[in-house]
Amino acid sequence: MNFISPLKKTKLNQVHKQLGAKMAEFAGWEMPIEYSGIIQEHLAVRNSAGLFDISHMGEITIRGPESLELLQDVTCNDVSRLKDGQVQYSALLFANGTFVDDILVHQLSSGYYFICVNASNTDKDFKWICEHNHFDAEVKDVSDQYTQLAIQGPHACKILQTIVNIDLTSVKYYWCQRGKVDGVESLISRTGYTGEDGFEIYFPPEFSAQIWTHLLERGAGEDLLPAGLGARNTLRLEAKMALYGHEISEEITPWEADLAWIVKLEKGDFIGRTTLVQQQQHGINKKLVGFEMEGKGIAREGHAVFIDGQPVGRVTSGGPAPYLRKNLGLAYVPITHALVGTSLEIQIRANLVRARIVETPFYKRKKSRRTVS
Amino acid sequence: MKFPEDCLYTKQHEWVKVKGDTATVGITDYAQKELGDVVFVELPKVGDTFDTNEPFGNVESVKAVSEVFCPVAGEVLEVNQDLVSSPEWVNTDPYGDAWFVKLKVTDPEEFKELFNSEEYEEYVAEESAE
Repeated sequence: MNFISPLKKTKLNQVHKQLGAKMAEFAGWEMPIEYSGIIQEHLAVRNSAGLFDISHMGEITIRGPESLELLQDVTCNDVSRLKDGQVQYSALLFANGTFVDDILVHQLSSGYYFICVNASNTDKDFKWICEHNHFDAEVKDVSDQYTQLAIQGPHACKILQTIVNIDLTSVKYYWCQRGKVDGVESLISRTGYTGEDGFEIYFPPEFSAQIWTHLLERGAGEDLLPAGLGARNTLRLEAKMALYGHEISEEITPWEADLAWIVKLEKGDFIGRTTLVQQQQHGINKKLVGFEMEGKGIAREGHAVFIDGQPVGRVTSGGPAPYLRKNLGLAYVPITHALVGTSLEIQIRANLVRARIVETPFYKRKKSRRTVS
Repeated sequence: MKFPEDCLYTKQHEWVKVKGDTATVGITDYAQKELGDVVFVELPKVGDTFDTNEPFGNVESVKAVSEVFCPVAGEVLEVNQDLVSSPEWVNTDPYGDAWFVKLKVTDPEEFKELFNSEEYEEYVAEESAE
């Protein structure tokens, strides 16, 4: 008897395999990790464009007269600031202020919200929102109804423009619009997880192969490459974007994760607010920092971090940064030492290797790129 | 995928080229493909001695860290310092420029325990079918 549940597959599973992708398990899904190589895919996103299948991500809709009130209660950012078509990075928090998940809230229209959540947390998030739905609002897990692709990089806008019926230059960063992609009704959002300009598009799964293939064809002259979760991870690390289960978890609050900018205490009560106020008054003990290796070695998740010979924490994410050509990492260190310039040592196998806390994000795209189309 | 006939192979995907009682060691084409882009190689020092199957170095790709095991017991005669500064050779020339170490072998009888090229190719086919 076999108790292991089979891996979920996106509609593009066979397409990835035909492209020669190396497949592996991620969050219960069989996903493409790399096609031509992580470094090449990473550089394509920084210099031209990359196309990602991220259909493992979950989607939840919230509709109804009191959907704003429900979202104001279960998220820490201020949803009332959103206009129709605007997108907001936010989080669901437990009463103790730690992360249920980090999410993207899209206000499609007044009383209609579309939430993108982490694959591994979709069920948990859906239950959490439903449990706290004491409002006139309907919560639906619509994950099965969408394929999600991300096209990211300085050429992304130009490539996607050839296949959509809306003017993408009118969609600003962190805004979304409904439109047709290759003739298919889609949600087109100028968001991403790479630190580059780009779009995330959501559409019915039956059109997956068609849209994926057409985008790759349209992008061939623009150096668009299919890119896997391997490059997605190195790109988000360079841009210092948090990954659930690594930088943020059920044991970390937004203050500690350096995500104070997504907490709007002044918006009124929400789940987790009381604890966050207390933690703000008492101060936090540890904080997320970014570091750069100075000695020879690559910091990896789980490696111990030392300051002045004392173990102070662990690396939450670490690895080579293909564009910056440095070995980088993120770690929680005592707040007293969370200062740029502080020397660290990372235990890599038997050796303590020198590192230094540096400014983050490690990589920031040039602003002019945002409007390139 | 390449399986040169002038090499012997291990289950952990190292190759060995034998010349008298010295053995040149590296990792196979299959191993580099599994690892992906190699970005870091850590090698032992000349004079270090290793038992059979003892880890003697590390190879790191963007995603993963792997130990490299000593195919036969011996003493390190030479290490490929150029590989340390150009770890990408593991991907581009696994059986040539990307050799890791040369060993003085303690007991040449041990070579009999290793796969020849045909046996290794079968072994890889079985392993990748799983």
